[in-house]
Amino acid sequence: MSELRSILVEQVERLVADAGGVAVLRMVEAGEWPATLWAGLEQQGLNLALVPEESGGVGLSWGDAAAIWLVLGRHGAPAPIAETMLAAALLSAAGIEVPEGPLGLAQGAVPFGRHAARLVVPKGACVALHAPGECVPAENIGREPRDAVTAEDRIARGQLPNLFGPRAGLLGLALIRAALIAGALERILALAVDWANTRKQFGRAIGKFQAVQQQLAAMAGEVAAVHVAVHQAARAVDARGLAEASFEIGCAKIVAGEAATMGAATVHQVFAAIGITEDHELHHFTRRLWSWREEGGTERFWAAEIGRAALTRGGASLWPDMTARDAQGVE
Amino acid sequence: MRFDLPDAPPHAEALRRELRDFLADAGQDWTPEIRARSWMGFDRGFSRAVGARGWIGMTWPAAYGGGEKSGLERIVVLEEMLAAGAPVGAHWIGDRQSGPLILRLGTEEQRTRILPGIARGELAFCIGLSEPEAGSDLANLRTKCERTPNGWKLNGRKIWTTFAHKSDYMIALVRTSPAPEGGSRHAGLSQFLVDLRLSGISIRPIRDLAGEDSFNEVTFDDVMLRPDDLLGEEGAGWAQATSELAFERSGPDRYLSSYPALAAGIDALNAAPSPGAEVTIGRMVARLNTLRGMSLSVGGMLERGEAPAVEAALVKDAGNVFEQALPEQIRNLVDPADSPEGLRRMLASLAQLAPTFSLRGGTREILRGIIARDMGLR
Repeated sequence: MSELRSILVEQVERLVADAGGVAVLRMVEAGEWPATLWAGLEQQGLNLALVPEESGGVGLSWGDAAAIWLVLGRHGAPAPIAETMLAAALLSAAGIEVPEGPLGLAQGAVPFGRHAARLVVPKGACVALHAPGECVPAENIGREPRDAVTAEDRIARGQLPNLFGPRAGLLGLALIRAALIAGALERILALAVDWANTRKQFGRAIGKFQAVQQQLAAMAGEVAAVHVAVHQAARAVDARGLAEASFEIGCAKIVAGEAATMGAATVHQVFAAIGITEDHELHHFTRRLWSWREEGGTERFWAAEIGRAALTRGGASLWPDMTARDAQGVE
Repeated sequence: MRFDLPDAPPHAEALRRELRDFLADAGQDWTPEIRARSWMGFDRGFSRAVGARGWIGMTWPAAYGGGEKSGLERIVVLEEMLAAGAPVGAHWIGDRQSGPLILRLGTEEQRTRILPGIARGELAFCIGLSEPEAGSDLANLRTKCERTPNGWKLNGRKIWTTFAHKSDYMIALVRTSPAPEGGSRHAGLSQFLVDLRLSGISIRPIRDLAGEDSFNEVTFDDVMLRPDDLLGEEGAGWAQATSELAFERSGPDRYLSSYPALAAGIDALNAAPSPGAEVTIGRMVARLNTLRGMSLSVGGMLERGEAPAVEAALVKDAGNVFEQALPEQIRNLVDPADSPEGLRRMLASLAQLAPTFSLRGGTREILRGIIARDMGLR
């Protein structure tokens, strides 16, 4: 991990922890805006993290950004900073000055749309900046705001460079959701291990039972797989741009979705009744995991795309196509 | 646990092209069954041809017949061999673990005697670990080696030893002194380099469920070993044997065993489309790409001299799940009755082979136990 990346990751970690951990998730689910947390994130310049330095941003790589999203996922992503990072990257790439405040990314329902200072609308290879109009509030089963927001007066509109391609909003969102899933899975796995070492039945910690150990070990494999898939995807974006990283992003979203399903089921099995209570923190993460599977393209959506391409190319091309995507080292 | 993706080695694409040309040529007559057997296929002629190209012992010093290439270049070779379903079994064990172990722990005499032969694809190795009373509980092994005035005397029995009947050498883990009372059962074990032509060794092939002779019972009856047949340090056998495991468990052979059936399945689906097949294929491709990333990450860590034992266990477990599910998923998309003959035969072979994937090199349960302990359970 680069030094800058570890500093940023540490800062985000601290900001979210200071904001109150699970308390801030409960607050968001009750419909409040996490103002202190947002102010802290913006003060660190995180909203401009993916904007190049020459445009006044931080100029992080997508790999760095993914590392930050993992941390956010670990804490349940209580504010729309990941979406704002992506929206700002799109605006700046299209030559539009990035406004202050939370940006509502109109790629499907708008995350935290009711709190958006501005609306960012990706459409094909264009992106437009609008004032937010009428807002019909809605939420996903994570009880995160996912609103329908009308795009009012257009403030600016620009063309995305070829590196971003005609699906930049979708691809960026898919990578964000996959990274958040990786982080949230890491969190619930840690919670489950802790619980398995604490909760006693038949005179010993349930983590002493092989049946429990084997389930959690299998889940650890899934969590590791999502982490690797997200790294592969972020690295592909850094190497080739969003448009040419759709294979890796799709793979990451598929693996993340499958792992979210398996991981949530496993931890609920380990926690048993206490894990499905309102009082327990677990559901804040598992409900988000189930929601994030649906956003930025489902497993089925991406699998159909990748599978169709594999079939079109034929069996003999599958392996060479895969190895041809490797990041090339230099001598 | 940590997985850092390495970059591809320089000239990887050129090396891949070279391999693909070689394999297209060498593989003209490989039957679907041979491709399905993959690294369980034993073909000395093919291994010698691979050795002649410098693709065995690639990372070893030139003085021992090696190519002084990086571990990541070696992985390129392994990947291409497995993706093609090449019968690499005659050199696989020597290249993967016996050779590296001898290079690291062997005496100069052992290195010069053995390594060039492995690199030429001429010397085949088997691994003497399991015994009738020591499977997953390996430390329970009973085969023993006692000091004599002239060397060592070996007595006991190894079982499930893959390719012992076709190999030249076994690296055997045996007891050289009793486990200390109340101490570690791992103490008192040593590794020996056993020439399988020695008198007192009898090798009985055990027919497997597919009707093949692939594994064996090997009996040692007063086998006289020389002092320099001891490999590494007396009493350090457990640590030596387990240090190989990260190499043994993380390679592409842990997720690519049934890969040829995926490529063949895609072609069969193009000939006879099945509704919704693209979703299943897409999921498999995503898993394949991810497992490859995980395996390469461990390869990169090994190359840097790290010891990613837990990560390797995890790659093997996840890889085995994938390579066992793959033929079943294809079977669910293409009815065997409607399959082209090649795919049908490949799937029939894989159905019989797949149970071994999560047994060989450490069972699924043992691997998950290792992972669980690392997570702070147990």
